[in-house]
Amino acid sequence: MVDVPFDTVAGIPPAEVGEVDLYHPKSWWTRYVFSQDAKVIAIQYSITAMSIGMVALVLSWLMRLQLGFPGTFSFIDPNQYLQFITMHGMIMVIYLLTALFLGGFGNYLIPLMVGARDMVFPYVNMLSYWVYLLAVVVLVSTFFVPGGPPGAGWTLYPPQAILSGTPGQDWGIILMLASLILFIIGFTMGGLNYVVTVLQARTRGMTLMRLPLTVWGIFTATVMALLAFPALLVASVMLLLDRLLGTSFFMPTLVEMGQLTKYGGGSPILFQHLFWFFGHPEVYIVALPAFGIISDLISVHARKNIFGYRMMVWAIVAIGALSFVVWAHHMYVSGMHPYFGFFFATTTLIIAIPTAIKVYTWVLTLWRGDIHLTIPMLFALAFIVTFVNGGLTGLFLGNVVVDVPLSDTMFVVAHFHMVMGIAPIMAVFGGIYHWYPKITGRMLNEVLGRFHFWVSFLGAYAIFFPMHYLGLLGMPRRYHDIGETAFVPASAHDLNAFMSVAALIVGFAQLVFLFNLVWSLFKGKEAGGNPWGAASLEWQTPETPPGHGNWGKELPIVYRWAYDYSVPGAAGDFVPQNEPPAGLLAQGAGP
Amino acid sequence: MAETALTNTIEPPARPGGWRGIAADWSSDQRAFKNVSWGKAMMWIFLLSDTFIFSCFLLSYMTARMSTTVPWPNPSEVFALTIGDKRIPLILIAIMTFILISSSGTMAMAVNFGYRRDRVKTAALMLATAAFGATFVGMQAFEWTKLILEGVRPWDNPWGAAQFGASFFMITGFHGTHVTIGVIFLIAIARKVLRGDFDVERRGFFTSRKGHYEIVEITGLYWHFVDLVWVFIFALFYLW
Ligand code: HEM
Ligand SMILES: [Cu+2]
Repeated sequence: MVDVPFDTVAGIPPAEVGEVDLYHPKSWWTRYVFSQDAKVIAIQYSITAMSIGMVALVLSWLMRLQLGFPGTFSFIDPNQYLQFITMHGMIMVIYLLTALFLGGFGNYLIPLMVGARDMVFPYVNMLSYWVYLLAVVVLVSTFFVPGGPPGAGWTLYPPQAILSGTPGQDWGIILMLASLILFIIGFTMGGLNYVVTVLQARTRGMTLMRLPLTVWGIFTATVMALLAFPALLVASVMLLLDRLLGTSFFMPTLVEMGQLTKYGGGSPILFQHLFWFFGHPEVYIVALPAFGIISDLISVHARKNIFGYRMMVWAIVAIGALSFVVWAHHMYVSGMHPYFGFFFATTTLIIAIPTAIKVYTWVLTLWRGDIHLTIPMLFALAFIVTFVNGGLTGLFLGNVVVDVPLSDTMFVVAHFHMVMGIAPIMAVFGGIYHWYPKITGRMLNEVLGRFHFWVSFLGAYAIFFPMHYLGLLGMPRRYHDIGETAFVPASAHDLNAFMSVAALIVGFAQLVFLFNLVWSLFKGKEAGGNPWGAASLEWQTPETPPGHGNWGKELPIVYRWAYDYSVPGAAGDFVPQNEPPAGLLAQGAGP
Repeated sequence: MAETALTNTIEPPARPGGWRGIAADWSSDQRAFKNVSWGKAMMWIFLLSDTFIFSCFLLSYMTARMSTTVPWPNPSEVFALTIGDKRIPLILIAIMTFILISSSGTMAMAVNFGYRRDRVKTAALMLATAAFGATFVGMQAFEWTKLILEGVRPWDNPWGAAQFGASFFMITGFHGTHVTIGVIFLIAIARKVLRGDFDVERRGFFTSRKGHYEIVEITGLYWHFVDLVWVFIFALFYLW
């Protein structure tokens, strides 16, 4: 125990744990490569995730080219199309978004926002990244093995996933499952760190109810991931055994090419239950960090305290808990007992309540705020719009009778891209534009940034809004070429071509963004320590970018929540979390 | 939560009652769990996650067992040993269970002596625990061999539903791996105890953090958990 006195002015108790010594890097290798510093690990995670995300982006171009101009691109055959959707979906959801939000944003922001020097177990944290990298390498290797990557859709449903008619059946699916298992192991090492850091390693004065909502979002998402990934792990292990050893956990008796297979007696529905017990919480694993980031961006850039902070926290926790009891809404057409559909539709619609609370509180935070249309704010607004859009179609699909005809159409693809594709990506971009100055000490280029925003936002709408209509017409998903049908009019094909062109343009804008990231690193405007005038702790570090151990000699003491903006009577238009209360301010502040 | 907790707190706020009090305690300053070290918190949360893994395995097995149309082999006959000329059902499993539960006892004693800083007794008891664990794994290897010789395969077996062999090898294999990892950890830490690492707070090779006797208790948490899981496997796989 170090000897820290009780802070009588603010009633803040002394430190409960003494300072833990940090690992001090001794060479270039341990400083930048095998680094145990959460900030470096965060950057490693982010770069890896964005690189693999580029692969998924290129795959989406190829798919859109095929859908927009069927028959023109002869190098995309039907099997490849299936492989593309599988890899695109899997990479986007798990290897990009999950890794970027938790491994990237989580590692960078948690220690800084809670006032810690690092994660609690830096060595394990480092291992987490390297196992993740290994998972990515195994994933990429599927493109180069005989037969190519798996083609059963990102849901990997058996029996199809491991039968011989499916592309990637010999090597692809095995490596895919192995990669998932590695990812889960790596994630668990990191996730334990994030959770324990938030719970047990906060600085003096930082109660949980003073945490910025970003930390709440990442924390809850991590807890969920620690409880949801086990189901995917088990499903992957069992599917791997079915494929490699010929067990029949998920495989019923089947005739394949006129031959009875060696399988028999297993239950494909069991896989679906395991998969979606993971899969639905996964949606919120990428949504909750986005919720948190958006709350903070809105508050900072509208110079207003967040409306209903406590409601926000409870809503995040409630959404996290509820999302464990809705998984079978993905299985309305799987042949479940109809009463199950009734139960899961009810729980699904109940989730809309805390979610709506969040949307209302964002809007009420904006209400009469001093809104600065900075790039992070633009992305935050775009998030709200796309998220509400996707959430509303989610209400449609949550009802069994509406879902049954719409299931497996482009309507579903439009829905989930809006709600868990575009919306979280908007939060990622907003977050990067917001925190880049802290990470590098320089601002991202404004002109390129605005270009990137408008093209991405409007472009994403151009791709996915018409897609709802195609879905209502009955255009199926996961089809290489729908050919001539009675129910899809010729005009729909023109629409498809339009969407594909939009997709290419949006993709191009992402290259501009990547260029901006690199260019601004050297040429960007100097940012100073706190360019946005933000109150939360990560902006109050003695150095920018924060040095080893984050805080210099003394850990900060926190006296207030993270949202003291435009406090009546205060000297500046914001009060940093670590500024001791004094005089006037002491009476005026607070909601 | 009291409103004051969000803003300036010149006076320490009055303690709220009821639900607000519970929320305030949980969210209180610096640490949510007051006397829990980082390592222990991490182990508890890991075990929670691991519980979900084992639950998924066991639920999947139970689904398979309940939905199969082919009869399930009778565990008390399959897992019987002929000793002398008597066939005793589940005898090996009973002994294995006994051994594993005894190992929890020695582990608990090791934790106790660890906090008394009795190097030799702590290390001895940890090694005894490891020995029990190794015996358990050894007997499991015997059981696997016996079943394999009788023709049980993950994809097939002579007596009924193919999922029997599949679930058996998968679940006991996964649990056995846990035990083996535990044994390795026990030996590694017993060595550190014996060498006096925790008396001089020697730094770890990888982590370069100071070592403490608490690690004995953390290893113990893991060990008791693996034990507890076995009780469920025993009840749900063998006794059902
Ligand atoms: C410009 C951005 C994107 C474009 C143009 C795009 C395009 C597509 C297309 C054309 C499909 C296949 C539809 C079908 O035939 O079934 C698809 C599927 C999918 N996408 Fe995207 N996508 C984009 C971004 C994202 C993002 C950010 C995510 C992250 C959640 C995502 C997740 C998925 C998933 C999960 C699937 C389903 C794969 C399957 O059916 O197995 N996409 N996307
Ligand atoms: Cu869902």
